[in-house]
Amino acid sequence: MTAANAPRRPIYLDHQATTPTDPRVTEAMLPWFREKFGNPASPHAYGAEAEKAVETARAEIAALIGAEPREIVFTSGATEANNLAIKGAVRFKGAPASRVVTFATEHKCVLESVEALRREGAEVSVLPVERDGLVDLARLAEAIGLRTVLVSVMAANNEIGVVQPVAEIGALCRSRGVLFHTDAAQAAGKVPIDVGEMGIDLLSISGHKLYGPMGVGALYVRRRPRVRLEPLFSGGGQERGFRSGTLPTPLCVALGVAVRIAREGMDEEGARLRGLRDRLHAAIRAQLPDVVLNGDAERRLPGNLNLSFPGVDARDLIPALGDIAVSSGSACTAASVEPSYVLRALGVDDRLAAASIRFGLGRWTSAAEIDYAAEQVVRTVVRLRAAGTGATGFDRRVETS
Amino acid sequence: MDRAIYLDHNATQPVRPAAAAAAAEAMAEVGNPSSVHRFGRLARRRVEQARERVATLVGAVPAAVVFTSGGTEANTLALYGFPGRRILVGATEHDSILNAAPDATRIQVGPDGVIDLTALDRALAAEPGPALVSIQAANNETGVIQPIVEIAGLVHRYGALLHTDAVQAAARLPFDLRTLRADLLTLSGHKLGGPMGAGALVLREGLDLRPWLRGGGQERGLRAGTENVPGIAGLGAAAELAALDRPGMGEVERLREELEERILDAVPSASILGKDAPRLPNTCCVAMPGVSSETQVMALDLAGIAISAGSACSSGKVRRSHVLVAMGVAAEIAESAIRISLGTDSRPEHIDRFVEGWAAIFARSGGERRRTAAR
Repeated sequence: MTAANAPRRPIYLDHQATTPTDPRVTEAMLPWFREKFGNPASPHAYGAEAEKAVETARAEIAALIGAEPREIVFTSGATEANNLAIKGAVRFKGAPASRVVTFATEHKCVLESVEALRREGAEVSVLPVERDGLVDLARLAEAIGLRTVLVSVMAANNEIGVVQPVAEIGALCRSRGVLFHTDAAQAAGKVPIDVGEMGIDLLSISGHKLYGPMGVGALYVRRRPRVRLEPLFSGGGQERGFRSGTLPTPLCVALGVAVRIAREGMDEEGARLRGLRDRLHAAIRAQLPDVVLNGDAERRLPGNLNLSFPGVDARDLIPALGDIAVSSGSACTAASVEPSYVLRALGVDDRLAAASIRFGLGRWTSAAEIDYAAEQVVRTVVRLRAAGTGATGFDRRVETS
Repeated sequence: MDRAIYLDHNATQPVRPAAAAAAAEAMAEVGNPSSVHRFGRLARRRVEQARERVATLVGAVPAAVVFTSGGTEANTLALYGFPGRRILVGATEHDSILNAAPDATRIQVGPDGVIDLTALDRALAAEPGPALVSIQAANNETGVIQPIVEIAGLVHRYGALLHTDAVQAAARLPFDLRTLRADLLTLSGHKLGGPMGAGALVLREGLDLRPWLRGGGQERGLRAGTENVPGIAGLGAAAELAALDRPGMGEVERLREELEERILDAVPSASILGKDAPRLPNTCCVAMPGVSSETQVMALDLAGIAISAGSACSSGKVRRSHVLVAMGVAAEIAESAIRISLGTDSRPEHIDRFVEGWAAIFARSGGERRRTAAR
């Protein structure tokens, strides 16, 4: 495609909310709906065929993160994987005698999981992050106490894309004898992860964030030394008892294929997205020099850009962008009138937080789309500023909502 | 692979073409239903349309449908979500119920597999206060149908709530929450002809539960996690078909009757379990005395016929069925029981092949002679 070609619209720049399913993934998945439809737990040819396919997928997922296939537990998604990892590990040790450490910029489902443990009697530390969104290792080291069972730190943030020093956190946790869980929903398949080198004990993956299907995810559970979990629910005893329920063969197969594609193209695709992302940032900054980048500039996901546009309310800007789909933060809380808790945790003031937009670039994002988006963003911000909307920022919206 | 004859529809079944198409269509688009932009709104529309279809199938309001990852999770949500402490469950419930409430009072069933209403009455009367009773609509192993309307009447007399696991029943029986008067109901997508990985818990209007998975606040805050849009769309399409399809169950039932007649012709000493109770039209649980379930399942698999020895759960392990034990079936019978479950794609020639293969196993085992000797 040449830059002169008009991009297909609307343009999807919200890849941290969800990614399109790669057509190769869909193609691999569909035969498992009708032709090869067996239940992997069934004791006959249909079951054996399904089980074999599920095990192939399990091996692909293991290969992405340097794990063994037996260490992969399929779940319905990252929310369930995070719940299982955090609640499961702490409940196994007994919540009332345990301490959990996490950070303020974690995904809601992580924060809610530790909150649930707090209600069960666990001691919970939710630590602040630095201005750039990164965790301070010294602060973390200080927070780990004798009763600490688990530290949970996301590998990459869903709003600001900041990639945490996972290996350093892993080493610290290892030296202190505490379990380390990382929510890698955004990072897996985008940046290299190795559970061995990084000292990770538990790691959550989401299918639909890496061009796989919705409704499936995985939890890595270390076997040596063995990490023990109390299951969230039990029943048929599938997944070695960690996770009961019929294994959804088509979804497992699809996740395996998605993971393989992501692994094989990771370096090249990362470089391409980084180039496009920097091009978008540069084009906007050239026209709007006062934009503020949220999160560290270097240590972030290649496809993520989070910018605040002073004097503009994101909830005016997003609809005004028309055929460009971006968001003001996590999709889960997109409809909320509150400014992003992630940006607040970085110390961004409410007004700037309410002026922030998350651009999420992905596998089919083209240079033409980026150029169009940059132009459209600049034009719209200039127009809104001239019209004076958002002059009172977030406060105005609270009054009217 | 040369396709074997599939007679294990209670384990799972092929996705209906319309449901597969609905899922594939959703997969061709991008959008998180929680996103406010147009991609998100389109995904939201798909989810809400499916919610309406599921609600229509079971006679509920759309707002009372909570999507889950499947039947096991829906059952767990029902039991976990009940804010009270006292739970009573049927003795023949699926493992996902029995394990979700290990301390629950178990209500015994009669030899026919039907819940003992007197025992239920006694158990409810024994301890006053709010309670949740969970009784499946139809059993996955024997197909035995429970008298849900009567049970609901009894349960409600004590001010308790009734949950029914309708995973097996929903596609095969007329089903309406309002006439059944159950308060909560579990559905599984893949047992309805939808894709695996989606299910639902349906609540009576106005009923509130304790949140199960918190996080992004999806599904009215009861079940967090990005919705499985293709799976839910497929479940919706399957729900719409299921309502139309139930008449086809008459044909399935005729086939099952033929199957059972011919089974008893071939092996007169065989016992059909749960035969004295109303059963799902597609399910046949039969014991061949003297031959273990596992032997039968393996031999039939080699002969190109897929059946099972009970529920398809922990990796094909054949254990003595807790369902048959609860019915008071003798150990030697329970250990020799298999499950044949038909679907709308089952044909008379499938029955022929099964009976032929099964009778051959019996002949190899020494037939009647050995059975007599074993006595």
